[in-house]
Amino acid sequence: MTYWIDAVLQGVLVGGLYALFALGLSLMFGVMRLVNVAHGDMVILMAFIGYITTQTLGLDPFSAMVVVVPIAFVIGYALQRGVLNKTISKDPLRSLVVTFGISIFIQNLLLEYFSADSRAIYSGGIEAQSIQLTDGLAAGLLPVIILATAVILTFLLQWLFGATRIGRAFRATSDDHDAAALMGVNNAHVYAIATAIAIGILGVAGIYHGMRTTFTPTDGPVQLIYAFEAVIIGGMGSFWGTLAGGMLLGIAQSIGARWDPGWGVLVGHVMFVAVLMFKPNGFFPKTR
Amino acid sequence: MSVLLSTHKLKAFYGDFQALFGIDFEIHTHEIVAIIGANGAGKSTFLKALTGLLQVDKESVFYKGENLGGCRPHEIVSNGIAMVPEGRRLFPSLSVAENLKMGQFTGREGRWTLKQIYALFPILEEKQDMPATSLSGGQQQMVSIGRALMSNPELLICDEISLGLAPIVIKEIYAALGKITQEGLTAIIVEQDVGTAKRVSQRLYCLQEGRVSLQGNSDEVTHDEIAHAYFGD
Amino acid sequence: MNSYSANSTASMLSSSTDTFEVQRSTKAGMITLIISIVLLGLSISMPFWAGSSYLRLFTELACYMAMAQMWNLLGGYGGLVSIGQQAFIGIGGYSLFVWANFVGVDPFTSVALGGIIAALFAVPISQLVFRLPGGAFAIGTWAIAEVLRLVVANTYVLGGGSGASLTALRGIDRATRESVTFWIAVAAAFGSVLLVYMLLRSRFGLALTAIRDSEVASRSQGIDVKKIKFLVYVISSFGFGIAGALYFLANIRISPDAAFGISWSPLIIFMVIIGGAGTIEGPLIGAILFFVLSKIFEDYGTWYLASLGLLAVIVTIWFPKGLWGLVVDHFDLRLFPVQRRLRMPENK
Repeated sequence: MTYWIDAVLQGVLVGGLYALFALGLSLMFGVMRLVNVAHGDMVILMAFIGYITTQTLGLDPFSAMVVVVPIAFVIGYALQRGVLNKTISKDPLRSLVVTFGISIFIQNLLLEYFSADSRAIYSGGIEAQSIQLTDGLAAGLLPVIILATAVILTFLLQWLFGATRIGRAFRATSDDHDAAALMGVNNAHVYAIATAIAIGILGVAGIYHGMRTTFTPTDGPVQLIYAFEAVIIGGMGSFWGTLAGGMLLGIAQSIGARWDPGWGVLVGHVMFVAVLMFKPNGFFPKTR
Repeated sequence: MSVLLSTHKLKAFYGDFQALFGIDFEIHTHEIVAIIGANGAGKSTFLKALTGLLQVDKESVFYKGENLGGCRPHEIVSNGIAMVPEGRRLFPSLSVAENLKMGQFTGREGRWTLKQIYALFPILEEKQDMPATSLSGGQQQMVSIGRALMSNPELLICDEISLGLAPIVIKEIYAALGKITQEGLTAIIVEQDVGTAKRVSQRLYCLQEGRVSLQGNSDEVTHDEIAHAYFGD
Repeated sequence: MNSYSANSTASMLSSSTDTFEVQRSTKAGMITLIISIVLLGLSISMPFWAGSSYLRLFTELACYMAMAQMWNLLGGYGGLVSIGQQAFIGIGGYSLFVWANFVGVDPFTSVALGGIIAALFAVPISQLVFRLPGGAFAIGTWAIAEVLRLVVANTYVLGGGSGASLTALRGIDRATRESVTFWIAVAAAFGSVLLVYMLLRSRFGLALTAIRDSEVASRSQGIDVKKIKFLVYVISSFGFGIAGALYFLANIRISPDAAFGISWSPLIIFMVIIGGAGTIEGPLIGAILFFVLSKIFEDYGTWYLASLGLLAVIVTIWFPKGLWGLVVDHFDLRLFPVQRRLRMPENK
């Protein structure tokens, strides 16, 4: 029994990381109906930027976030304002092709500079520490920190959307961007802020990813799929849903892996397919 | 009274299709001007050009001593031109209070605050936490007008605010609008109903196929003139 | 050329009763037909005079042409932007191996079966991915391809992660194998163009164009948008199945990563976009261009791919009609007359 409880626990903890990947995807889709195919590659890009920051500046990974998050934020803003705003329309073809192009561009540029070798961000021993819960149950300290970060960021995003001026603008422009413009909302700027936040979160997520496991330049697409599945499982339109979706995906993968190590990821996918089949709006759809 | 806004040979296009063929228009401070015309005459296009939803030549719109043509909508509303759009266009994900607060997005200061709007339309205070689109049509129109007022405009543009509303509600809405404009707001009113348009305005313009076919003082133009200006020969 | 009186339309445009002509063929169209027949003849005779290395190259090119054409039908005409059509390349490829190696159907017939199996799979898969809106549909199709990749990689009889060889080809001499494979490739390349051309000229094509212009308006005109999109998806998947089976017939070996891998998608989508989406000519030009470029820049792997990514971004934003769009804008040239153009007779 403890064995399966442990599987669920570890799944929830992995889910924290998936949620961090997924929040930005959910945010961008919610505000602009934009699906960023390069989202996963940006996780990896941020992991590499974090890697360089820790290596060259000698910073520990948490201090490195102070450097990487603003960089990610600026990249996100510039990308949306300079490129993606030109692709937004009812037809998703252009934005998908452009972000796909960016995805391929990032992957191959990273391959060129860093080769296909796998790397990791040295986390100063924190990855080896764990919290003993009961006799048979322990939670790694780092995964717990990651999950806590995911919960805090989910809370902050929900608050930002629900109770601030920019949050109202996000929802208003998502409802009717022309009417929002008539209220004085500069859609180009508001979209760019949304993407800046989405990629900014990846500044944190990328470094955590690099601390938890090794990474290579071509790992991005898989992260995108996990993030996407988390969003769909949770239900589009709610950040708490996305967090829950990340956890459910993590649990499914973890249980699957205990059953047969080769089937972990696949069981996660099966959960996604099952949700599409039986609950196409996800577990926590937007009620309004 | 000084001219607040004017257009000079305003032309507007949707791609290759020309919708406006040189509109000359002016409105003075504290004036209420009505724009009438049949469907497709170019009324909505004209308003889109004024509010920046449709890009036009820089020199064709003149407002408070500046060329405003070609500005983006958010720049125009910051300059004090607010719009009550046709069909209300409330934000369904936002509550009544949040919709009203969206009007304040530009941060323009002035007499209109949430409190003032609630004083004008008390029912909105009662329903402030409800999703805006769950209200009745008349109440939604109040939200839309309140939202526009929240930006403390100098010029208020109302596009077909009586459309789809019961006569009694229309009366109520226009009564409120009368109260507002008596305090010195300038307004452009687009109306399908010629009677209402004449009653609430000082001057009116009639558009036909993208051109001004009639203009004059509202209490002087006759129904025959209007009928002629509406449909042409 | 057919012409008819279009009074109802005309009276809206002007009060006189002009007669418009609906023009459906162009001079260029006739030239295209002649060139196509010549090219087809040349292609069919190629195994008798060209070396086997050329046959292999052209087989590969033909696969790309068919795939690009099928993606264009789906994404360019149908508005269904999928980045997971490798699912059907993989299904086509693996079903070739199953039919030929296990069932004993001859490998060449198995290619056609690959298309049919892919179309059969497309039916339930469409029911899943069609639930996802717009951009999410794209990632959903990709996720499905990943699911299939993992399932196949975990299936021992299919060779697991390391894949399988087409043992059924033993006993067929090399010349026959190469020639027949090449002929199938020619059929696939020409067939895909012909299929899209015929589809677009039919009532189905009219409905498809209407949906692309306005889904809401089409629905109000009684067009069953869902059904049309479903059919486009299934037909495109059939084409991908054939092309996939053909590709792995020429390759002799298959593996889950090669068959279901994501690297197919950028290749095919960039071909269509850079050539010109929503035209028949665009994907052809794109496929040829990519084929040539990939052979020239083979040695610059990562830089080449990074540039392609960048090129796709630039073309999409600044030249959304692609290379073929530039040609059409400058020369008003249409090789495949699938559009209906209103023309005022010149003597009026």
